[in-house]
Amino acid sequence: MIALVHVYGLAGVFLAGVAAMVLRDRSNPRRFPSALFWGLLSVAFLAGDALPSQLLGAMVILLAVIAGCGGLRAGERTPVDPVRLRERAAALGHRLLLPVVLVSVLTLCIALGAPRARIAGMALISPVQTTVVALGISCAVAWAVALRVTRASPREALDGGRGLLESVGWAALLPLLLAVLGVIFSRAGVGTVLSDLLTSGFPLDSRTVALAVYATGMALLTMVMGNAFAAFPVMAIGIGLPVLVERHGADPAPLAALGMLAGYCGTLLTPMAANFNIVPVALLELRDQHAVIRAQALTAIPLFACNFLLLFLFT
Amino acid sequence: MSLLPLAGIAVVVLGFALRLNAALVVVLAGVVTGFAAGLTVQEILIAFGEGFRNNRFLALFVLMFPVLGLLERHGLREHAAAWVARRRAVGVFRVLVLYLALRQLTAGLGLVSLGGHAQTVRPLLAPMAEAAARGADESLSAQVTERVRAMSAATDNVALFFGEDLFVAFGAVLLMQGVYAERGIVLEPLHIAVWGIPTALCAFSIHAYRLLRFSRSLQR
Repeated sequence: MIALVHVYGLAGVFLAGVAAMVLRDRSNPRRFPSALFWGLLSVAFLAGDALPSQLLGAMVILLAVIAGCGGLRAGERTPVDPVRLRERAAALGHRLLLPVVLVSVLTLCIALGAPRARIAGMALISPVQTTVVALGISCAVAWAVALRVTRASPREALDGGRGLLESVGWAALLPLLLAVLGVIFSRAGVGTVLSDLLTSGFPLDSRTVALAVYATGMALLTMVMGNAFAAFPVMAIGIGLPVLVERHGADPAPLAALGMLAGYCGTLLTPMAANFNIVPVALLELRDQHAVIRAQALTAIPLFACNFLLLFLFT
Repeated sequence: MSLLPLAGIAVVVLGFALRLNAALVVVLAGVVTGFAAGLTVQEILIAFGEGFRNNRFLALFVLMFPVLGLLERHGLREHAAAWVARRRAVGVFRVLVLYLALRQLTAGLGLVSLGGHAQTVRPLLAPMAEAAARGADESLSAQVTERVRAMSAATDNVALFFGEDLFVAFGAVLLMQGVYAERGIVLEPLHIAVWGIPTALCAFSIHAYRLLRFSRSLQR
């Protein structure tokens, strides 16, 4: 059975390859701490299930310290000659798109087909996090197809992957760290304290005020936690159900959906939602760390207003 | 009521405002929050370790990198750009609004994995939008390139967020249903999901309008 652990293994092997390459890269001004960073991350992926949680936690903190102290740098890279790139593009044509499209389509097909793929009664693909497992398999297949299309060596693919990983740098780790912070925030009861603050500070006898606190609270809490999923239970239990549904007779279905969407407007505005707002900055090599949030702000704010109007009219 | 648990938020806000390294800020906020909540060093380390272990999948987009890195060395982005450049009439607006519509529709059908920043924005959408912005003249200032790329990423986000919520089996819909069910309010997922439609339409209209203005501002 192909499960999450194999996909983590694949990522670990890739990271180990990167670490080895970085270690030998004399053009990297901090090659030892940089190689240590990717090496540690590789071990955390390969042996994450076997390592005791405390050790894993200490490794995560060490990773952040290496990144925070400027220990993670990229080596110098000579860009491929633009003329050659255009020649290759013209020669290979749409075949270049094949592996990229394959990742998306194959992920989808595997995820949809997984429940039916059985050999001798055993599931071929683990039912846990099927989409993630499907993504891992698809990337491996796409890797092989890309090698065939370009007739390059696996080493060149690894080096190309290293180039991208180095340019993204510690941002690759950020979504993960923020998820960990979310867990710690919930354990410390951060959401509850915030929702208490909101509900105790406003005259909730007015339906309009209560709706405004609910919608704004969803957006703000999402911005703080980086995730509307974490904000929703807090706001629903803190104000949605006791005040809006029970006292003001709001319709629970639109209240839930529109509240969640108010949270999504917050997601568009916060660096805490790193996988949506910070990782692309690194991936697209933008200079302004908040460039994506800036591009989203003028969609998010009017959309929040529309969403509030819908809440006001339909709940 | 103790405000102590909020200390971590202060660290985050301050850290982001001072533009310190975000990874370090986030970890520091976690440690501070942990201490504020009365956890021991041991428990904080365990929280970090368990959190990392259970959320490793969030970093798996790096699996795309060897594929993308290799293809980019063989002209993937140039090919995507040339493809758009051959069609003279295609402007930034058309490229981005078409992507917005397709991504939102497919996400609404639950086909979330069809796109993404690593899967489609970097290799396809951004180079296409840049090529469309470039139009007749060859060069594009670094500033304009940055804006076009950021808007490409923003378009993926808006389409995804306000599309996926329409899908009844999507996590958010099931979460809402679950939270309500625990408190005795039983709702059908479909009943919740239909309420995503008006906002989805607003999101499309607002963002499409912005893309139009964005595209016009580039022409000047």
